[in-house]
Amino acid sequence: MTSAIRPSVADGIDPFVELEKVTLTYGRGARTIPALGETSLKVGQGDFVALVGPSGCGKSTILKLVTGLIKATSGYVFVAGREVGAEPMRVGMAFQNPTLLPWLSIRDNVMLPLKIVEPFRHQYRAKRKTEFRDRVEALLAQVGLAGFGDKYPWQLSGGMMQRASLCRALIHDPQLLMLDEPFGALDQFTREELWAIMQDLWMSRRPTVLLVTHDLKEAGYLANRICVMRSRPGQIIEDKAVHFPRPRTIEVSYTPDFVAMTQHLRELIVSARPAKEAA
Amino acid sequence: MNSNLKRRLASAAFIIGFFVLWEIVCRAFHISDIIVPKPSQIIETLWMRMPQLWPHTLQTLYTTLVGFGFGILAGVAIGMLIGSSRLAYDVAYPLLIGFASIPKVAVVPIFVLWFGAGAVPAILTAMIMSLFPIVVNVATGLATTEPELEDVMKALRASKLEILWNVGLPRAMPYFFASLKVAVTLAFVGAVISETVASNRGIGNVMMIASASFDVPLVFAGLFILAGLGVSLYVIFSFIEARVTGWAMRKDEFAMG
Ligand SMILES: Nc1ncnc2c1ncn2[C@@H]1O[C@H](COP(=O)(O)OP(=O)(O)OP(=O)(O)O)[C@@H](O)[C@H]1O
Ligand SMILES: [Mg+2]
Repeated sequence: MTSAIRPSVADGIDPFVELEKVTLTYGRGARTIPALGETSLKVGQGDFVALVGPSGCGKSTILKLVTGLIKATSGYVFVAGREVGAEPMRVGMAFQNPTLLPWLSIRDNVMLPLKIVEPFRHQYRAKRKTEFRDRVEALLAQVGLAGFGDKYPWQLSGGMMQRASLCRALIHDPQLLMLDEPFGALDQFTREELWAIMQDLWMSRRPTVLLVTHDLKEAGYLANRICVMRSRPGQIIEDKAVHFPRPRTIEVSYTPDFVAMTQHLRELIVSARPAKEAA
Repeated sequence: MNSNLKRRLASAAFIIGFFVLWEIVCRAFHISDIIVPKPSQIIETLWMRMPQLWPHTLQTLYTTLVGFGFGILAGVAIGMLIGSSRLAYDVAYPLLIGFASIPKVAVVPIFVLWFGAGAVPAILTAMIMSLFPIVVNVATGLATTEPELEDVMKALRASKLEILWNVGLPRAMPYFFASLKVAVTLAFVGAVISETVASNRGIGNVMMIASASFDVPLVFAGLFILAGLGVSLYVIFSFIEARVTGWAMRKDEFAMG
């Protein structure tokens, strides 16, 4: 693989993640789906960016591109100044369903990345029962799962499994955190509780986060920037900075500024939905 | 717990009832021993002829288990190969289906041709009989891993082998163990078929000779042994399955046991 060097950024900030005129087309031959039209995006180190947009507009696709799970059809994806995949990168991912391994206890589930990712994997055997175990317990306690390490996934509620899944995404101190609607399947109260936890975790560790969500309140609560996308082909049509001071609480979402912002974004998304005859 | 006990009692009563009815019908209608012997007579034959039958029982058990062991080894290897790559799955599956639909009796003469009569064809027949369900189950278990879980692993830069070891294989375990109890019974059938056709030892062979000399009680005694062995093997592997893959059943008993 050729590893192109990222061109210098004109505006001075050094982006941690950069998509440069990326397009992505799924499939080959006659049945191709242009999932992503020419898209450019810069995300600074330690930033928190939310991606919102109508269903099928390519949000998950962007996450996969940034983690190197799929290769761009054209254009470049840079992470930490190198083309994605060129250098090992600690990445955490969480999805709408918790995808825990049912045969492992919650502790072992959360510990899984330590078993695989450097530099932890070298010490895994030695520290599994001591330091790593404490590390997992501390993180579990932080998300409100103290004492649940010995339980199995099926003994937990959906919200608890989602917390454990977040822990698994964070245990190895990822530089990049990819969240694909991780709170989408939860009830309103659990969701708001997890927003607060997520904010705490982000503020204390400062990973670079890309969050896909359908919930504009969630995007406004958590993100520093909200990118609105349209579909067919997927494209970013608005990149909005969110300036509410941190730590934010749920009260902020009732302020007129916040409501005005979400309303504006909502209108954008509605207008960005593909026309009926195109679908 | 109570309903469990009830179920067991009911099934035991049913089995005993079946033999009692058999006995009664034989006596009431004076059915000849040459056609269907009475259960009491079969058990008596079993008891009297045990010294003669025992080595053959061991022989059948031996060929079954050795064949089954090879079947597991080959089945897991082939299953892993097919299940871990889309290409291998598409290429090998039709061949496997074709292979599976050959009646296995038909291959016994070929084995005899190659290896001569005796234990080897029995072992090989047991092996190929047990192979197919293991291959299919292991491959299915591997191929049905959630794509998102695979994404998580790939994003961590896990190698193919690490994904197989940490996710694929444990996930395939319930499928594998579920296939074992079926496969072991098939291995058993294979061994007996082969013994019947081409061997001078084993229960299958004993039954062949007994039926040729119209020693019908002995034929039935052989059948009883086969049934007993078959059920025992099935029960043993069901038990192992329940112990090893309790998590797949999502029962509370698993955490305690
Ligand atoms: N593996 C794939 N093969 C073919 N087409 C795909 C594949 N994955 C996604 N697509 C298509 O690409 C487009 C974008 O998909 P993507 O999953 O990125 O959407 P999304 O924005 O995450 O949608 P949602 O909000 O519903 O999750 C969709 O039209 C989808 O049909
Ligand atoms: Mg998606």
